[in-house]
Amino acid sequence: MTVIDLVSYEDALATYDPVMGLEVHVELGTKTKMFCGCSTELGAPANSQTCPTCLGLPGALPVVNAVGVESAVRIGLALNCEIAEWCRFARKNYFYPDMPKNFQTSQYDEPIAYNGHLDVQLADGEVFRVEIERAHMEEDTGKSTHIGGATGRIHGASHSLLDYNRAGIPLIEIVTKPIEGAGERAPEVARAYVAELRELIKALGVSDARMEMGQMRCDVNLSLRPKGREKFGTRSETKNVNSLRSVERAARFEIQRHAAVLSSGGTILQETRHFHEEDGSTTSGRIKEEAEDYRYFPEPDLVPVAPPREWVEEIRGSLPELPRLRRNRLREEWDVSEHDMQSILNAGAIDPIVATIDAGAPADQARKWWMGELARNANETGRALDELPITPAQVARVAELVAAGDLNDKLARQVIDGVLAGEGDPDTVVDKRGLKVVSDDGALGAAVDEAIAGNAGVVEKIKGGKVAAVGALVGAVMKATRGQADAARARELILEKLGVEG
Amino acid sequence: MPGITREEVAHLARLARLELKDEELDHFAGQLDDIIGAVARVSEVADQDVPPTSHPLPLTNVMRADEVRPSLTPEQALSGAPAQEQQRFKVPQILGEES
Repeated sequence: MTVIDLVSYEDALATYDPVMGLEVHVELGTKTKMFCGCSTELGAPANSQTCPTCLGLPGALPVVNAVGVESAVRIGLALNCEIAEWCRFARKNYFYPDMPKNFQTSQYDEPIAYNGHLDVQLADGEVFRVEIERAHMEEDTGKSTHIGGATGRIHGASHSLLDYNRAGIPLIEIVTKPIEGAGERAPEVARAYVAELRELIKALGVSDARMEMGQMRCDVNLSLRPKGREKFGTRSETKNVNSLRSVERAARFEIQRHAAVLSSGGTILQETRHFHEEDGSTTSGRIKEEAEDYRYFPEPDLVPVAPPREWVEEIRGSLPELPRLRRNRLREEWDVSEHDMQSILNAGAIDPIVATIDAGAPADQARKWWMGELARNANETGRALDELPITPAQVARVAELVAAGDLNDKLARQVIDGVLAGEGDPDTVVDKRGLKVVSDDGALGAAVDEAIAGNAGVVEKIKGGKVAAVGALVGAVMKATRGQADAARARELILEKLGVEG
Repeated sequence: MPGITREEVAHLARLARLELKDEELDHFAGQLDDIIGAVARVSEVADQDVPPTSHPLPLTNVMRADEVRPSLTPEQALSGAPAQEQQRFKVPQILGEES
């Protein structure tokens, strides 16, 4: 492997101005494929979800999925796009075994949505507007498995195996206009854009948009031009960058690589590049020595889509609050910093926290549990917060038990552990594990006496006026009761027995 | 001015993965040029008020409900495949050695 020259990020930005274009593919969450009734359920046996239409068998005719079109309109409207009054599908012809038809049904010069924008908020609160060129409808390709090469790569493979279950699943491709003016923040803008788009898609309910599952994929196009020059440089196209962190790293790497090539007098090749998760680098893929020639033409087997205006307006009226505005509203309601809100967003905790508050918990308690104990558990077990086997209502119940003094934080953590371990709801775990705070004087009294008897030195200090030293005795009581004592009541009892005013 | 050149026919043949001999290129270029010329006459009679169309019927918005319908079984799906392995379509090497 050849070593790639890089210049430092700072040096690159001192001389050059980056321009980006981002293409995001979103797999819709429809029950069926875009042009046939085959199921889109994940995890089915290979080639068990195909039919004559998605296999491209002679005579089979496609019919478009109504929910697919509605989802495209929803996405378009949420991106502030105009919705086409009339548009068609087109065949994108190419020979590659991932599409059994030898063409992909897509849209060419008549996208369903165009000319929009998405405002994205950077970590420090700055808002950057990303202009949207278009959003169009198309279909996903089949899944290839390459055999005989090293680590399943296409290079060196002797042959490949195709599963067409995914072929025909609805995709929406969202393309930005050239993103200019982001300067040194370009990689951050790229990441924030993809993150915001993902939140938006989820809020619209059109896809789960899980990048790790390939439900949302990003191509990063990037070029540099000398500062002050209008004309764009030659771009590279880094394909399939499939996590938010990778989007930022890929943009950063390409800026450093382009700058090294340009500043040494070289020229950038217009080429496809592959991103490598391990070290954040990109390597050359296919060089586009000639313009791609897909011989697009209008798909004769499908009739035009002409979304009636009343229907478009009806959909517009049903759009949810935009995620960025919702976040800002919640941030004020919860009274947290931009930074904390960003952490909550990154942890995927916004919806669970909202649901927990809706279930009756105070905001600070809901935040504390989801961002503390539960985030830690999710992290350790490699799950998303909403995949944990605990409901917001159960978290709210734990918070309620703490507020009532039936549990302290330590016991509450054990209750949560129990719920996560499948031992039942919080009250069941409390009963089964015997996790009640001990606050009745009889049960506490023995532990208090023991603590006083075993810590004569501390007792002297307290009697001498150093009331703060009582903490050591409370600690001893907590230890003796394995954390189940009501600390406040224990403190009262100790001071009472020593005849000291608290 | 011809409707299609010999070079364009060669390019299309390559895109369509058709291996054509020189004399075939000459032959088809002439034939295709005639066909394109004949089709072009349609534009001559079509007036400004006739919009271009890609479909013979004046239909829009033909859609289906998002309801699952039975698929083929994997055996049926693979029944026409020249080769298969692990219940998948087996295809020859995609990238040549030079790639």
